[in-house]
Amino acid sequence: MKLNDQEKAMLAGELGPVPQLAMQHQVKVGTFFGAEDMVPVTQAHIMADTESLGEAGVRWLEKLAATTTGDHTVRIPTITDPRGTDFSKAKQLRQADWMLALERRAIDAFVKLGVSMTDTCINYQTIQAPTRGEHVAFGDTGVVIYSNSVCGARSNFEGGPSALSAGITGRTPRYGYHLDEHRRATIHVRTDWTPVTLNDWGALGGVIGKLAGNYWAVPVVEGLDRAPTSDELKHFGAAMASFGSSALFHLVGITPEASRLEDVKGHNMHYVQVSKDDVVALHKHYAVEKDVDVVVFSAPQLSLYELRALAELCEGRKFKIPLLATTSPQVKPDADRFGYTKRIEDAGGTVYSGMCFYQSYAREIAEANGWKRLATNSAKIVNILGGYGYVPMLATMEECVAAAETGRLA
Amino acid sequence: MSKLYTARHAMGAKVTGEALVAKDGFSARYDLNRIDGVFSRPAHKLAGQSYVGKVLVLDTAKGGVASAWMLHEMQSREKAPLAIVFNTVNPILAQGAALGDITMLAGFDEDITAAIPHGAQVEIDPEAKTLRVL
Repeated sequence: MKLNDQEKAMLAGELGPVPQLAMQHQVKVGTFFGAEDMVPVTQAHIMADTESLGEAGVRWLEKLAATTTGDHTVRIPTITDPRGTDFSKAKQLRQADWMLALERRAIDAFVKLGVSMTDTCINYQTIQAPTRGEHVAFGDTGVVIYSNSVCGARSNFEGGPSALSAGITGRTPRYGYHLDEHRRATIHVRTDWTPVTLNDWGALGGVIGKLAGNYWAVPVVEGLDRAPTSDELKHFGAAMASFGSSALFHLVGITPEASRLEDVKGHNMHYVQVSKDDVVALHKHYAVEKDVDVVVFSAPQLSLYELRALAELCEGRKFKIPLLATTSPQVKPDADRFGYTKRIEDAGGTVYSGMCFYQSYAREIAEANGWKRLATNSAKIVNILGGYGYVPMLATMEECVAAAETGRLA
Repeated sequence: MSKLYTARHAMGAKVTGEALVAKDGFSARYDLNRIDGVFSRPAHKLAGQSYVGKVLVLDTAKGGVASAWMLHEMQSREKAPLAIVFNTVNPILAQGAALGDITMLAGFDEDITAAIPHGAQVEIDPEAKTLRVL
């Protein structure tokens, strides 16, 4: 890779061991992907829940954080994805003390490194959305696909070590979605149906993600009859990224790089038709049970508007089984002020702040609470939780709330 | 003579081991019981099989960013695969392999999951970007 003088100095250790380690990691990854050079980035976003990090990852972070020589903090705004718990409600989840201790150690290390603990996977709705053409280093696949597609920003999937490295060096290897040639569509999707509910938007994203099939495939979608909302595109993109490892989509006439199909048309695009039947089939694939142990609204964290809708549905109900909703620490105070949290919790639900369900030791809390059959309106989470031993089922927000009251999906 | 396959992307140390082959994806978060070291997602073609110390030969990297940490964590407990070989890789698995010191090859001119027999002994040489069936 071609490195400028500052990058060479970092690699040589002239700015200290922390930038050196970060640059070594970035050069290794950049070389693997054939990156020619580095590109400066303006923001970094780190996915680093301790279920993923484990003891080994936390020790790795603590070693970095204990360094006091040279530059040893991030040089650009660097924020975090959801943590593995909401400390104020960890006992309700029956999380073990060792999980909380590991979380505290990771947080201490991040703070020493200068990272801002925003604990959100909806930073594009709550912190600062990137702009068209802005190069960033974002973790969380849902954040990346939304930022690339809806905002027109430029990011690859940056896993925790790479996003932290980008925060420390202020750059990232220039490959993948930082380059024009990878942003052109490879699949032309035509749909004759526009979803209404968030679970249907997620399911449509999941169907297209499965068709795309890998990180380098870019769907361009035609046929939607209106501009979707931010929450609809949040679920659409998050599920597409989850089912397909996709990092970018275009919607003709809607997303910024695709005013016309010709603007993003790639060579040798293949054409597929997607219909409501495909979305129904995805729902049916998961609809294997009627009884439900737990209802979860998460992945991505809920916006203020989703919490508002949930609060309205909870009004006057008494839940028989746990209902969990997660949101960001930026949204939670407003949800409290506007009474949404109280209305949800008066019905027997719980609103968690700064965490996401599947990043919170999902296997262990399932065993501790006797949860197996899970209802949700998140297509992303049904794709994830099978591997954790759950039987996840996808339904509308209304159906999920009703299931919390009866213990059964209608 | 043993057949040689050349990849476009490579990293890590030269290794030899048993290939676990499937035309399926891979995500450490979605597909594995990392405590027991087995594929756990019921729909995965390798469900129930141990991946520890094996050369995984799979179609494509899938899923979320957690794998970037998880490969490092699995390596620390000696519950990691020996190497991972993909038709199509994503940045997360490459970043995870870089942090976890796991050998990785990706990008072939043919479907590598169809070319390599399940259970075959294979040698991976990242410097030469090659996979050889022994």
